Amino acid sequence: MTVLPIRTAAETALVEEFAAAKARLPGGREIAARREAAFRRFEASGLPNRRVEEWKYTDLRALMRDAKPLATPPAARALQPQAVGDVLPGIEADQVAIINGVYAPGWSDVSAADPNVTITELFAWLAAHEDFRLDQAVSEPIDLALALNSAFMTGGAVVQVKKGARVAKPIHIAYRFVADAPAAMYPRTLVFVEPGAQVTFIETFHGPAGLDYQVNGALALVVGDGAKVERIKIGDEGAAALHIATVMASIGAKADYREFTFTSGGAVTRNQLFLRSAGDAAKIRIAGANLLKDRQHVDSTLVLDHAARGCESREVFKSVLDGESRGVFQGKIVVRPQAQKTDGKMMTQALLLSEKAEADNKPELEIFADDVQCGHGATSGRLDENLLFYLKARGIPAKEAEALLIQAFVGEAVDGIAHEGVRDLLSARVAAWLEARQ
Amino acid sequence: MNDVAMLEIRNLHATVDGREILKGLDLTVNKGEVHAIMGPNGSGKSTLAHVLAGKDAYEVTEGSVTFDGADLLAMEPDERAAKGVFLAFQYPLEIPGVTTMNFLRTALNAQRKKRGEAELTAPDFIKRVRDASTKLGVDQEMLRRPVNVGFSGGEKKRNEILQMALLEPKLAVLDETDSGLDIDALKVVADGVNRLRSPERAMVVITHYQRLLDHIVPDIVHVLSRGRIVRTGGKELALELEAKGYAGYQDEAA
Repeated sequence: MTVLPIRTAAETALVEEFAAAKARLPGGREIAARREAAFRRFEASGLPNRRVEEWKYTDLRALMRDAKPLATPPAARALQPQAVGDVLPGIEADQVAIINGVYAPGWSDVSAADPNVTITELFAWLAAHEDFRLDQAVSEPIDLALALNSAFMTGGAVVQVKKGARVAKPIHIAYRFVADAPAAMYPRTLVFVEPGAQVTFIETFHGPAGLDYQVNGALALVVGDGAKVERIKIGDEGAAALHIATVMASIGAKADYREFTFTSGGAVTRNQLFLRSAGDAAKIRIAGANLLKDRQHVDSTLVLDHAARGCESREVFKSVLDGESRGVFQGKIVVRPQAQKTDGKMMTQALLLSEKAEADNKPELEIFADDVQCGHGATSGRLDENLLFYLKARGIPAKEAEALLIQAFVGEAVDGIAHEGVRDLLSARVAAWLEARQ
Repeated sequence: MNDVAMLEIRNLHATVDGREILKGLDLTVNKGEVHAIMGPNGSGKSTLAHVLAGKDAYEVTEGSVTFDGADLLAMEPDERAAKGVFLAFQYPLEIPGVTTMNFLRTALNAQRKKRGEAELTAPDFIKRVRDASTKLGVDQEMLRRPVNVGFSGGEKKRNEILQMALLEPKLAVLDETDSGLDIDALKVVADGVNRLRSPERAMVVITHYQRLLDHIVPDIVHVLSRGRIVRTGGKELALELEAKGYAGYQDEAA
């Protein structure tokens, strides 16, 4: 017997959109077949919802009321790098612009880029690398949001950093939505850092505050042996936006990988990271801070797969939840039998500034090796009244005392950012958020 | 000279969790004076300190506290601090993520702002901190660390006195500053306090033991028992308490 699932308006719209768009979506036959297969996976189960364990706290079927039509490229008139906006004041970076889900060279500025860095449009690169399969560099998880990205992939960039290169300036990948009506984007970016290279990536996301647009992006990142990479993501989507980001990373032997995700924008955000240590003795730092108010919902989901010996991983996540916001953290550390001497520690803390805010926390350890050190800690609570009194008794007014303690709370995560300019920028962002709250 | 007392406490009643701890306390402190308040555990010493500093959990049910002619009880804790009331905590708190330097600067500038004074410039501030910390033997490295995090008991108390030296209060209330200190640390802290004695500044030193008063010699000693001051005398009263204990006072108050 065949049971036909009852589709929501969003699911129906996605089915119709795919049928209408698949013929004109870019890519050769292999890509078209991948799109088709991915969409079948989506069709079979629908949007991820609370009955899918990994999406229990972020029920997309309930949160996503409709599906927007695919975004169209922005009008040619505004094609200049400045249009991206000065979102990284004081930081000199090469700019790779992904506008409305496609790579936009006219908005990019890589004229002074390091010769060891190559930036290519996604489908042009794939056409030039016929043997390359999207899931060969980094294994792709089975995930319904990723399946939608695989089906609809609209464009993106491929960034390659040559072996041993020391790239001085950060590479800024600027994702923007520029339009007057809501739309959906499915950018896909591939980043290959060859062995021994050193580079910083900054990803920023912006869009109009009044539009309920949808971003479902994916990033595949390969960090070669001995490479040193820092990736910072700043999520400043418009207040009504839905943002889903899937990051798939493979970390080579003795590599040093550090990432930080800052989210204070968007209505609903899901940041999911699937990271695999592919070589021995890598050092991995995953951190993030979410500053939420009103009815914002941010879900940070990590799966760290220790598949090699002697890797060290540290996770530090801080959420500050005001209004009726909700912060979700799901962190899973897997240690495979061969991953002896793994040293993994995960800490996640939520600070609730309002009675109506909610923090959900789900740490998981799956350990199959016997000589490892793994631990996790989670806290959630309000500001400490005794500490506040101590500060007030020294003459610091209540609001300022709260701000000082909140800044310190978030600072424990932000201070782990290696790039000084970004660290200062995000500290200032935290201060500005607190200022706006008062 | 002492036309208006700096601190005037009249018939003060205060409760914690609905339990009355202070039961009609009277105390007058003039500028330049150092008062010691001694008493057995549970007599209300720390409650008095916290009521003066304005902690929420302590509810004043009756009586008045006037500081420099103004109603102290009507002020928020930060206003009291800006007016010149300082409480040295019995258990100084740890503030992860806030360096001592940042904490001191924020506190000092908040007070100055409230008093309508200009904020200190960075070099000016650093000079003041350096002078004060050198006198107290506080390591510069300690100033760069988060407030009290990983500090020993002695370091925490020294940090309290450093804050006091920098904030220059009119009235300093020292709550069991001797608790948890060995004799060397006690001397350092007492020396720090003594340097801050001045004709313009009053101090209320709260302690269970007489030994602190060997180092910070008070002008006036009070015995607090069951929420009231039951006896007042000179510094010799402290010695008498040391010899005889508090037993008699508990009987007297009963």
